[in-house]
Amino acid sequence: MFVFEDLKRILLDGAGADEGVDLDGDVLDTSFEELGYESLALLETAGRVEREYGVKLDDSVLTNSVTPRTLIDVVNAQLSARAGVA
Amino acid sequence: MTAAVVTGLGVTAPNGLGAEAYWRATLSGTSGIARITHFDPGRYPARLAGEVKGFEAKEHLSSRLLPQTDRMTRLALVAADWALADAAVRPKDLPEFDMGVVTASSSGGFEFGQGELANLWSRGGQYVSAYQSFAWFYAVNSGQISIRHGMKGPSGVVVSDQAGGLDAVAQARRQIRKGTRIVLTGAVDACICPWGWVAQLASGQLSTSDDPARAYLPFDRAAHGYVPGEGGAILVLESAESARDRGVRVYAEVAGYAATFDPKPGLGREPGLRRAIGLALAEARVPPGEVDVVFADAAGIPELDRVEAEAVTAVFGPRGVPVTAPKTMTGRMYSGAAPLDLAAALLAMDTGLAPPTVNVDPSPKYGLDLVVGEPRRIRSRTALVLARGHGGFNSALLLRNPNT
Repeated sequence: MFVFEDLKRILLDGAGADEGVDLDGDVLDTSFEELGYESLALLETAGRVEREYGVKLDDSVLTNSVTPRTLIDVVNAQLSARAGVA
Repeated sequence: MTAAVVTGLGVTAPNGLGAEAYWRATLSGTSGIARITHFDPGRYPARLAGEVKGFEAKEHLSSRLLPQTDRMTRLALVAADWALADAAVRPKDLPEFDMGVVTASSSGGFEFGQGELANLWSRGGQYVSAYQSFAWFYAVNSGQISIRHGMKGPSGVVVSDQAGGLDAVAQARRQIRKGTRIVLTGAVDACICPWGWVAQLASGQLSTSDDPARAYLPFDRAAHGYVPGEGGAILVLESAESARDRGVRVYAEVAGYAATFDPKPGLGREPGLRRAIGLALAEARVPPGEVDVVFADAAGIPELDRVEAEAVTAVFGPRGVPVTAPKTMTGRMYSGAAPLDLAAALLAMDTGLAPPTVNVDPSPKYGLDLVVGEPRRIRSRTALVLARGHGGFNSALLLRNPNT
């Protein structure tokens, strides 16, 4: 299970956080772009998620409009599919 | 033609963080050269460096910037912030295309690059930071400063080793003459990491002494190499009209500049430094007798010291002008060295004091009037800064005090 706390930790490690952005607030449906993360920050974050969780995030997921909720759902869908196979 | 004037400076030096701390240390002869602490230098032939001490990037920069910046960029961003504050420039209040950034670089973000190359080699490509794409790039300081302050005017990076620190300021001046109002310029370098260190060792010019007081002795009979340093200075260069309109203090005008290239070795032709000095003075229409102090390149290599002394004495006569090398307290900082010398020259003109060259017992054979021991009171109409780069680059830049 990949939850927002995991994503937050990875975001902070890989890309930090803008002053004025509160990741503890209600940000699940706010796009990464609005949260101050440009495409490279998203690429770095995705790379870290892939490494840690053994998933593969398609480039089509990593658009400017992607939100934390979408990313978390994509990761969990892959994790549960893998659990189902096993 | 529009005059380009310096209205702000930001300093990150091995012997002082911030212009005030740097100047206090420099006038008192306090050196920042010591055994390397960034890594264990025990197995390397050269073990001393001028490291910037007490710099905590997270005290100055947001956590968004830390994962994507090399040390040189963190230092440069902070120096740029300080320079803007000193000049009372608030970039948000100015049109974004009226402001540019032109810095110099000598290598790039080597410490960051080394870390990511180590990840690539030992763990695989997926472990390499996405920010490696630009964090080690030699133009990254200009880019990050430009992004931070929304400066979209003419920008770039100049690479000519140590001479680049002056060449960047000259390029910034060109942009101001063409109509840009403000250009942040200067340079900060920081490559005291194992990869940067072995690259520098290859020159064969680093001092292998372990005594900080005997390692870097330009114009001394005991000269045997130099000590590298890190840091530099960022300057706010501005059109004289803009500075007047804003009613801000002007440190000095960039009144003259020239760059020359040495002839091919072995031809017996004169090196290019004397010509660079002469051309810079001619552009400013300042006769040698009106130059009040010279900040020397001060290679610390006997042959290069001789060439510089011959050029200076050819223009100014034997012992004809006070010469100093405060970089004896910082080490040679690659592209950051000459901008730091410009900062020292501006502060020297401001205070009427030439800072000393430390540890050096001047060899009489060079015929230089070297400022040693303690600061010397000087007239402060003009100051000349010299810089040379590996491979034959020579640059000279003359600053003129508008208040005399």
